[in-house]
Amino acid sequence: MQSKISISNLNFFYGTAQALYDISLEIPERQVVAFIGPSGCGKSTFLRTLNRMNDTIPIARAEGTVLIDGENIYAPGTDVVALRRKVGMVFQKSNPFPKSIYENVAYGIRINGIHKSKADMQERIEKALRDAALWDEVKDRLNSSAFGLSGGQQQRLCIARALAVQPEIILMDEPASALDPIATQKIEELIVELKKQYSIVIVTHNMQQAARVSDKTAFFMLGKLIEYNPTQKMFTNPNERLTEDYITGRFG
Amino acid sequence: MSNTDSQIHRRRKIVSSIMTTLTAVCAFFAVAILLIIISYIAVRGISSLSFQFLIDTPKPVGEGGGIGNAILGSALMTGLAAIIGLPVGIAAGVYLAEFGNGWFGKVVRFVADILIGVPSIIVGIFIYTLVVLPMGRQSGLAGGLALSVIMIPIVARTTEEMIRLVPNSMREGALALGAPQWRVTWNIILPAASTGIATGAMLAIARITGETAPLLFTALNSRFYNVYLDQPMASLTVQIYNYATGPFEVEHAMAWAATLILVGLILLINITVRFLTRKKF
Repeated sequence: MQSKISISNLNFFYGTAQALYDISLEIPERQVVAFIGPSGCGKSTFLRTLNRMNDTIPIARAEGTVLIDGENIYAPGTDVVALRRKVGMVFQKSNPFPKSIYENVAYGIRINGIHKSKADMQERIEKALRDAALWDEVKDRLNSSAFGLSGGQQQRLCIARALAVQPEIILMDEPASALDPIATQKIEELIVELKKQYSIVIVTHNMQQAARVSDKTAFFMLGKLIEYNPTQKMFTNPNERLTEDYITGRFG
Repeated sequence: MSNTDSQIHRRRKIVSSIMTTLTAVCAFFAVAILLIIISYIAVRGISSLSFQFLIDTPKPVGEGGGIGNAILGSALMTGLAAIIGLPVGIAAGVYLAEFGNGWFGKVVRFVADILIGVPSIIVGIFIYTLVVLPMGRQSGLAGGLALSVIMIPIVARTTEEMIRLVPNSMREGALALGAPQWRVTWNIILPAASTGIATGAMLAIARITGETAPLLFTALNSRFYNVYLDQPMASLTVQIYNYATGPFEVEHAMAWAATLILVGLILLINITVRFLTRKKF
């Protein structure tokens, strides 16, 4: 299996506090990789190193290499804007823009100049909304505010928005943690559907969710990668005692 | 329920209703004072108000006269101040909010806060030295500049505060789509903060429309209709000051009428901006 992302010896610091210790990990193409671990273990920080979202924090600093398609995204002169177009992100709390549903999806297309014409724009928006399983619910009110949607719909809108710029990788930071079970189920079905086209990395606190949607699972604790294996093995016969303790709920 | 329980319950209800009444009375007073002021101005001013008053220039006592040139002068100088003050103030606020975490931002923020507290007459003296003396005479230009100096720090600080209120998640959402920093600020942050920024701008305009002291030194006054910014220019506030300090009752009545117009115009600015920036999404 070919690696889409290849991380080696990644250390990460907030000022003098080290948040990630010497992490090396391969993320395969067109599969779902789940990051699990207790709060504060560094899994979200690690996710955000993959599209350099941590750059927005002035005191943050990364060491090591992250290769995406063989290119080190921490090399000097890397175009962060182009990187983020290639590596989309969906956040824990849905964060639609204060615009219409249509404009939310159009935003990424427009700033990246992807569309060729107005009709092309409309097609792309419809496709993104269809891919995010939201089209049927919003097709009659594309011009109304995104804030009028339910929480689950807003999160799928954010997924549609991310899909619209045609990324290759999608990072999801606990995308369903604020949603009810039915909305969560929709997001999970969507993730399984999306992995046909995209490489997906998902951070989750929900162990069952990791087991349901992912092909491989990584377990983090205190900034260290404890174990990384196929999900089935992780949840039935993990190598590490710590992994087993965490998954069976002996601490958490 | 035991006896003491029901006593505590009753006591809590009484305290609660007293407090609610107290806050309601205070809220009523806050609004009532404004209403009293406005209605008093209206009662005193309405008798001298006429169409002729609105378009006439000041005349010798007994021959009528009006505030037409003063309204025009106030509009021109406030407009000039807004043309200079709004872009500079908003841009400075954007800088402070988005990039102003270093020493330079701290200095700018500190200086802006001091400038907001500076009495406006000192701004008048400042512009007098800087503009009026070299030009050799008072002018509408100097008046507008003085007003813009008062306006800039207010607009800058409110803009900064409003931008800081935009949730960081919205910024991250746009950055994650591959938007460059300037586009995030321009397309996402500024529109999201626009209502608040407009409110700040409106308050600043209302504030400078009511300024008298900085105009006394800089724009002086004029008895004539004047659109040339290099000439002394009349303003509502200075005209009110002149009428109010005059010896004759007719002049005092005209001061009330001019005050009514000034308050009405400020109210109109407020309502217009509220209407234009009402939340669409």
